[in-house]
Amino acid sequence: MPTMSEKILARASGKESVEAGDIIIANIDIAMTHDLTGPLSVESFEKIGAEKVWDSSKIVIPFDHQVPADSIDSANNHILMREFVKKHDIKHFYDVNAGVCHQILPEKGHVVPGDVIVGADSHTCTHGALGAFATGIGSTDMAMVFAEGNLWFKVPETNRFNITGELKDNVYAKDVILHIIGEMGADGSTYKACEFAGETISDMTVSDRMVLCNMAIEMGGKTGLVEPDEKTINYVEKRSDKPYKVFKTDLDSSSLNIIDVDVNDLEPQIACPHNVDNVKPISEVDVEIDQVFLGSCTNGRISDLRDAAKILKGNKIANGTRMLVIPASKEVYSKALDEGLIRIFVDAGALVSAPCCGPCLGGHTGIIGPDEVSLSTSNRNFKGRQGSPDGKVYLSSAAVAAASAIEGRIVAPE
Amino acid sequence: MKGTAWKFGNDIDTDIIVPGRYLIYTDEERLSQHCMEGLDADFNKKCKKGDFIVAGTNFGCGSSREHAPIALKGVGVSAVIAESFARIFYRNATNVGVPLLEAPGITELVENGDEIEVDMDEGTITTSDGEKITFKKLPPFMLEILNQGGLIEYLRNKR
Repeated sequence: MPTMSEKILARASGKESVEAGDIIIANIDIAMTHDLTGPLSVESFEKIGAEKVWDSSKIVIPFDHQVPADSIDSANNHILMREFVKKHDIKHFYDVNAGVCHQILPEKGHVVPGDVIVGADSHTCTHGALGAFATGIGSTDMAMVFAEGNLWFKVPETNRFNITGELKDNVYAKDVILHIIGEMGADGSTYKACEFAGETISDMTVSDRMVLCNMAIEMGGKTGLVEPDEKTINYVEKRSDKPYKVFKTDLDSSSLNIIDVDVNDLEPQIACPHNVDNVKPISEVDVEIDQVFLGSCTNGRISDLRDAAKILKGNKIANGTRMLVIPASKEVYSKALDEGLIRIFVDAGALVSAPCCGPCLGGHTGIIGPDEVSLSTSNRNFKGRQGSPDGKVYLSSAAVAAASAIEGRIVAPE
Repeated sequence: MKGTAWKFGNDIDTDIIVPGRYLIYTDEERLSQHCMEGLDADFNKKCKKGDFIVAGTNFGCGSSREHAPIALKGVGVSAVIAESFARIFYRNATNVGVPLLEAPGITELVENGDEIEVDMDEGTITTSDGEKITFKKLPPFMLEILNQGGLIEYLRNKR
């Protein structure tokens, strides 16, 4: 019996059924590219010689990586993309004021259960949190999708993480996924769909589930997935009028590998330099930090800002440490304003910036120098990821980031 | 194909292959100037056209940036030979015309700077000591894409 990935890919390829290992051509429901991978996609698209995109209502283009433009080169990339949007009448274009692509897509109702979504960004796997099959592709593949509306896939096997137990106070979805990646290794799920299931997942919000799916790629996963439930449907119906279809995994599937994860005793987790699978419990980490980054497609949502603000309220960021807060979207930013969270961040001494990817990939704002240490709520800590190759990046939850900003060193929230 | 092997470790990610701050460029020339600079600032100068990268497991993990294989193409790497590759990178490299050869055991037989020879038709790599190691041969359509310089060129030439 099939997994949910197999069921979705069967639907999208017009077949009765498909199984892991099959090579299929799937029709694409949403194709996303942004200001940084977009220019290469457009160049390739033009080289193919296609006159028109296959469906201008199924392409979503947010600007998020280099916004607002920080150089003439970035500005030129933006101009090129805006011209493409205009020429092909792309219906869903989000300019520099909207937010991070992986927040925009679900927030604006582009993602519904059962969709096949491709993005020219590896963290496209985030959208499986709503029961879609979503995966990152390169720019040439994206150009092919722009032209044809479909793409070949190898149907993946599934690693299904059956997560049980109640999370302790100050332990979050981020700690769960860092723990899993630490156990599996950076290539522990290569080519596999990573499904997150079990009672702990049922208890989680849609935002929490996005955190897990977002980081499936950090263990090599082709996509992250959560079976849709009432919470998913509530989220989707509020935001989208697209038709959707709920698919679930048959537990007797032959391409399914079930991995049990008990999170009852889990403490906050830290991914240490320079690999995401170099994970340690926070009690084993004692490091002074220069910069804290709260934001990104992993942990820049309103729940993350609330968790951090609760800890920062009435406190000051340590001397010698700087903190950068970047809400993941305009909607998150507005909510944070309404709820008084921005005031708390500013009073604590943090810099609050407009929605964008920020220092996550070291291309834009908040770049670190040699020997500097960054504690970041984002998803990658590769050597040089946030600037100097001689800098160090640690990854944590929003709560740990806030508590650590106050102390100037990595500490668990009390 | 004959050339020098430049050896790297496990989990070489795409931020290493080309750092995020250079993704504003799309051309081979500028991207190649920063290829592998996080690990070896002079790699761009040392690597000659036709050389190989030899690496451990999970080469190309991380982001979907096609800038990474474009940078490798730009410095003249004729193939990457690794214990294993990450998924998105595998597709991207083939699409831009950089052959990826999966050869389990390669890191034990090849040292940095060794002269090696790759026979794509035979599916073998000959080390400087004359030892032979096999890799899984690429299917004919993939060889054709690589020979034409990438998927776009392949499609254009087919039309």
